[in-house]
Amino acid sequence: MQLVKPRLVVGLIIVTIFFLLGFVAPFFAPEDPTAWNTYFRNLPPSAEHIMGTNNLGQDIFWLLTWSIRNSLWIGLSVATFATVIGVLVGLSAGFLGGVSDRFLTLAMDIVIAVPSLPVLILISALLGGKTSLLIIAGVLVLFNWPWPGRQARAMSLSLREREFIHVAQASGENAGKIVVLEIMPFVLGWALANFINTILVAISAESGLAIIGLSSLKEATLGTMIYWAMQHQALLLEKWLWILSPIFAIMLLFIGLFLVSTGWSDYFATRRGRQ
Amino acid sequence: MQFAKFLLFRLLTYVLVVWISITIIFFVPRFVPGSPVEAVLGRLMSQGTTMDPKLVQSMRETLTQLFGLEGTLWEQYSSFLTRVLLTWDFGPSLANYPTPVSVLIARALPWSLGLMLTALLISWTLGNFIGLLAGYHNKSTTSKAIETAAMIVYPIPYYILALLLVILFAYIWPIFPFVFQVSGEPGSWQWMKSVAYNSFLPLMSIVMVSLGWWIISMKAMAIDTKEEDFVQYARYRGVEDNKVMVGYVARTAILPQITVLALSIGGVFGGSLITEILFGYPGVGTLIYRAILGSDYNLILGTVSLSIVAVATATLILDIVYPFIDPRIRYK
Repeated sequence: MQLVKPRLVVGLIIVTIFFLLGFVAPFFAPEDPTAWNTYFRNLPPSAEHIMGTNNLGQDIFWLLTWSIRNSLWIGLSVATFATVIGVLVGLSAGFLGGVSDRFLTLAMDIVIAVPSLPVLILISALLGGKTSLLIIAGVLVLFNWPWPGRQARAMSLSLREREFIHVAQASGENAGKIVVLEIMPFVLGWALANFINTILVAISAESGLAIIGLSSLKEATLGTMIYWAMQHQALLLEKWLWILSPIFAIMLLFIGLFLVSTGWSDYFATRRGRQ
Repeated sequence: MQFAKFLLFRLLTYVLVVWISITIIFFVPRFVPGSPVEAVLGRLMSQGTTMDPKLVQSMRETLTQLFGLEGTLWEQYSSFLTRVLLTWDFGPSLANYPTPVSVLIARALPWSLGLMLTALLISWTLGNFIGLLAGYHNKSTTSKAIETAAMIVYPIPYYILALLLVILFAYIWPIFPFVFQVSGEPGSWQWMKSVAYNSFLPLMSIVMVSLGWWIISMKAMAIDTKEEDFVQYARYRGVEDNKVMVGYVARTAILPQITVLALSIGGVFGGSLITEILFGYPGVGTLIYRAILGSDYNLILGTVSLSIVAVATATLILDIVYPFIDPRIRYK
């Protein structure tokens, strides 16, 4: 029997490379790559500038690593907050039952039904380019917690009736402790797959906004890097590395994250099956 | 009885969703620093025209009235609600004065729907066909290669693929236009040709992304179905291989796909906003974008409200119709 799918391994390798590029490589950047005219303009790739420089005098490789870092930050923070809030709300809803369950479920259903892209576009449009990544991340958390929330609620409903929960209840544990110590471990395995999906959704939403110029345009993310490249005529000047590197970075990162999330779900399912 | 209860609850949720969304749309501009009226005035002033203060004051009043910013917050709110829910009158567009916002939306809507529905139909037909072949012959290398390709394309965001297609086929190898430009009289043969030519890249980018999902799901279903007893029996009876694939496996496996097709029609509306903007396609997405660039306040509120009400309504209709399409789902 195949324990770890090759899919998971390939995904993990890709994601690890991106984490190294995003969180380790920027420390070695010789200069702030977002500053203009640090180097000569339009240098071809060389040993000193692996991917050359653009017509703003920025080193494309270091700019890319900074963009990856910020994009990963958005993804990770949105996913963390959305998953934590969602799992806590979902577990309480399922565990408390009754009126609070109805109310929380309705709240989750409503938030899920509100289309997030138009609202994000509206907020960014009205802030007129002065949006910060923090605001965008905040709105993304607001729209993404109900997905893990609904799932956690369903899980806690089925877990509530299990033997070991009754034992814990009978031995006088309080409800909060039961949720954290007994139910949480069950939910975490599933929550990881959801966590990775939320990273994907968050990075995708921010990049989408950034490409049409509606994200924070001062900070480098994969999306704003594409936007800058398009604004400064990378296409007409045929600076392919400048515009294609963030595009391929997004594609690769998403494929990697997708492989990890589906690979992990499969792995988690088979592991649980053997217990 | 069950159905009535479900319907009531679902309608209640719908009303809540629309009401809360509209309320968010109403309050967001009011919490954001800077007034839209001053923004428009500032833009006019910065163009270098010196205006006498009296004129500025009267313009300020007109704009305040046009934007529905008169009266108390409560009056503004209730008039905004009636505008969105009952009259659909968002006032005139500012950038295209005096064309009403509703006319601009009505002009853009068919383009968006046409693009998305065509893309959906093409990817559905093609994806199911490829998925069926790949699933029925799942031992072959081609089948494995197809699934890998589908898995790779599936997670890529649609606008990234759109951008890549533009770069490849409008810049590096310029066989398609990078600006949407239709020629000829609407309805004429030449017009239709140029629409098809201009829409090809945006269409392809959406088709390619959704194709992956149809292939993966159809393949999984075909693999399950072809192991079922009635398919095995048909094979033992000596039914021709292609007949088994089409008449037995495809006929069974296609049912859930039809359901999902019906469901995804609801998602059609929000699916192409960024693609349209990237290609300059004359749909609702580009309309929103132009409204933002031109600080066309009425148009922004109108288009965003429209997309929210449209998505909510589509989901409502599908939730109600769904159980009639798929007999396995019952109202509980």
